[in-house]
Amino acid sequence: MSLIELRGVTKVFGSGQSAFQALKGVDLDIEKGEFVAVMGASGGGKSTTMNILGCLDTPTTGTYRFKGIPVETLTNDQRAMLRRRYLGFVFQGFNLLSRTSALENVELPLIYRGEDRKTRRAAALAALDRVGLLQWADHTPAELSGGQQQRVAIARAIVTQPQVLFADEPTGNLDSERSIEIMELLSALNREQGITIAMVTHEPDMAAYAGTIIRFRDGLVEERIVNKVLA
Amino acid sequence: MLLTSFLLALRAIRRHLMRSFLTTLGIIIGVAAVVTMVTLGNGATASVKEQISALGSNMLTVRPGAGFGRGGGGGPPRPFEDADVEAVRAQVGGVLHVAPQATTSVTAVYEAQNWSTTVTGTTNDYFAASNFKLSEGRTFSEPEEQAGKSVCVIGDTIRTSLFRDVDPVGASLRLNDISCQVIGVLEKRGQAGPGADQDDQVVMPIKAVMRRLTGNRDIRAFQVAVDPRFDTSAVSASITSLLRERRHLTGNTENDFNIFDAKQISDTLSSATQTMTALLAAVAAVSLVVGGIGIMNIMLVSVTERTREIGIRLAIGAVQREVLMQFLVEAVTLSCLGGIIGLFLALALTIGISSAMHIPFVFDVKINLLAFAFAAAIGIIFGFFPARRAASLNPIEALRHE
Ligand SMILES: Nc1ncnc2c1ncn2[C@@H]1O[C@H](COP(=O)(O)OP(=O)(O)O)[C@@H](O)[C@H]1O
Ligand SMILES: [Mg+2]
Repeated sequence: MSLIELRGVTKVFGSGQSAFQALKGVDLDIEKGEFVAVMGASGGGKSTTMNILGCLDTPTTGTYRFKGIPVETLTNDQRAMLRRRYLGFVFQGFNLLSRTSALENVELPLIYRGEDRKTRRAAALAALDRVGLLQWADHTPAELSGGQQQRVAIARAIVTQPQVLFADEPTGNLDSERSIEIMELLSALNREQGITIAMVTHEPDMAAYAGTIIRFRDGLVEERIVNKVLA
Repeated sequence: MLLTSFLLALRAIRRHLMRSFLTTLGIIIGVAAVVTMVTLGNGATASVKEQISALGSNMLTVRPGAGFGRGGGGGPPRPFEDADVEAVRAQVGGVLHVAPQATTSVTAVYEAQNWSTTVTGTTNDYFAASNFKLSEGRTFSEPEEQAGKSVCVIGDTIRTSLFRDVDPVGASLRLNDISCQVIGVLEKRGQAGPGADQDDQVVMPIKAVMRRLTGNRDIRAFQVAVDPRFDTSAVSASITSLLRERRHLTGNTENDFNIFDAKQISDTLSSATQTMTALLAAVAAVSLVVGGIGIMNIMLVSVTERTREIGIRLAIGAVQREVLMQFLVEAVTLSCLGGIIGLFLALALTIGISSAMHIPFVFDVKINLLAFAFAAAIGIIFGFFPARRAASLNPIEALRHE
C-alpha cells in the first residue's frame, strides 16, 4: 500500500451552467520517502490535486487514501487533525501571518498541537535554524525578502516534523538564485529527514531535484517519469 | 484549548492595537455615558429628596387663608387660636408634634449692628417638627415656655450678621424695643425652596412673642409633624375636617385655611427628576447601542479582513472550534476591557461632576452591572457570528478570499 493513493478522483467547481470539471479521474500513488514534482500547463488541475492531497479540499468523486485512511469520509475537523499531525504545506504566496514575527509564525502549528511554551520555542528555533534564518526570528514578514519568507513558511511546515510536505509552486514568486536555495533545502529535507515531498513547479530546473515527475494535462495525469539522473 | 485561544487572542490584539483600541473605545464611551447619566440622575433625585426632607418631609404646614392665589376677598384671613392647636394635638391620629407660630418682623440690634428679620414665636415642638438642630446652646426650658420668658434661639444668618466672631450664647439681643437673651444657635441649613432662608429668623417662646411683640393671641400658622407610619394626606384630611368644624364652615363653603404638604411636593419633584433620569438614560442607552454597532462593524470588517488569516490557521491544522474560540475570546476580552474602563471612567466622572454640582454621589450597582453585561453581550454576539461564518469555510476558500 502506498502512502498516498488517489483513485478516480474528480473535482467539479460550481454547479449547473457554470460547473467546471477541474479533475477528470486522477489516479496517483506516492510512496513514502519519494520526492515528486508535479508539472503541466496552467489550468491542468495541479493545484486542485495538491489541495486534495493536502486534505485542504475534498474530491467530488473518487477516493483518496492517506496511510490507508479514506480521507473523503472524514469530517472537516478530522481532516484538520490529519494536517496537524502528518502534513506540511508550502504555498506559492507564502501565507504567513502579517505583523507576526517569524518565530511566532513558526510556533503557530505547535500552539494548535497544544505544546508547552518551552517546547514550542525550542522546536521553532530549531526549524528556523534548519532553514538558516535563526538570526531573523524576531522579524515580521514585511521585514523579510521573498526567499526568506518562503523559508519561514518551510520552517513552519516542518516544525511539526510532518511525514509529507506539499509545496504548490514554492519558487513561483522567487528569482532563480532564491529558487535554488529553496530547492536545495527541500531536497535536503527529503534526503536527510526522509520527508515525502510533492511539489508543483513549472520549471524543469526545479523539477530536476525530484525523483519522479508527474505531468498533468486537462485534469488528468498525462505521464509519470522517473528522473534518470537521480535514480 | 481555552488557554491556547487566550494566547492567540492576546497576540491578535497586540498585533492590531489600533483596531483593538477603536473596538474598545466604542464600548468605553457607551458604558461610561449610560452609567454617568444614570448615576448623576440618581444623585439629583437624592439631592432633591434631601432638600425636601430638610423641610420636613412628614410635615404639614397649616396657614389661614385659602392658599396660593385664591380667596382674595373678605378681609384678612382669620388666624388660628390656641384651642385649634390643642384640638389638632388631641384629636388627630398620627400627629407627633404640633408647633404653633406667631410671627412678626423686627429689627434685631446687637451693639452697633442691626438686621431686619422675622421672629417666630413657637414652642420646643418647632425644633422637632422642622428637624432643626442646634449648633450651640439649648432650646427652651419648661419654665421659660410657661412664663413666656424673653429668651431666643437665633438662626445662623443672624449669628453671622450681628455677632461675627463673638459667641452669641448668653449675649443680650434687642428686638424692636424689647431685649432678649440668646440661649442657642440653629445649625446652618441653607436655602430650602425659593425665598425661604430658614437661617434668617429668631425663635422665641410663643407667649413672649404674643405678649411683648404682636400684642395679640393670633396664631399665624402651625406645623404638624406626622408619624412616618401614617399617610400625610390622610392626616391632612382629618385636620381639614376638624378645622372646618371648629371654624364653622359648612356645606360647600371653601376652606379659609390651607395645608401645605411637603411630602406631596417631594413626591412630585422626585418623580420629575426620575423622569429626567429616565430620559438621560435613554439618550445614554442610544450611545451604548451606537458603541455596540461600532463594535459590530469593526468585528465584521476584521473578520472579512482576516478570512485569509483564518485560512492559514485552518491550513496548518486548526479546527473550526479553535479559530472560533480565538475570535470569541478576543471579542469578549476587548468588550470586557472596554466595559471595565468605561465603568471606571464613569466612576471618576460621576464623582467629579457630582461634587462640582453639589449633588450626592449615589453608586447604583444595578446600572453598572447592566451596562457591563450589555457591553459583554455585544462583544460576544458580534465577535461570534462573523467568526463562525469565516471558520466554517474550507481552508482553500478562506485562503482565496481577497
Ligand atoms: N475554486 C474554484 N472555482 C472554480 N474554478 C476553479 C476553482 N479552483 C480552480 N478552478 C479551475 O480549475 C482548473 C484547474 O485549476 P488549478 O488546479 O488551479 O490548475 P493549475 O494549478 O494546474 O494551474 C482551472 O481551470 C481553474 O480555473
Ligand atoms: Mg496552480
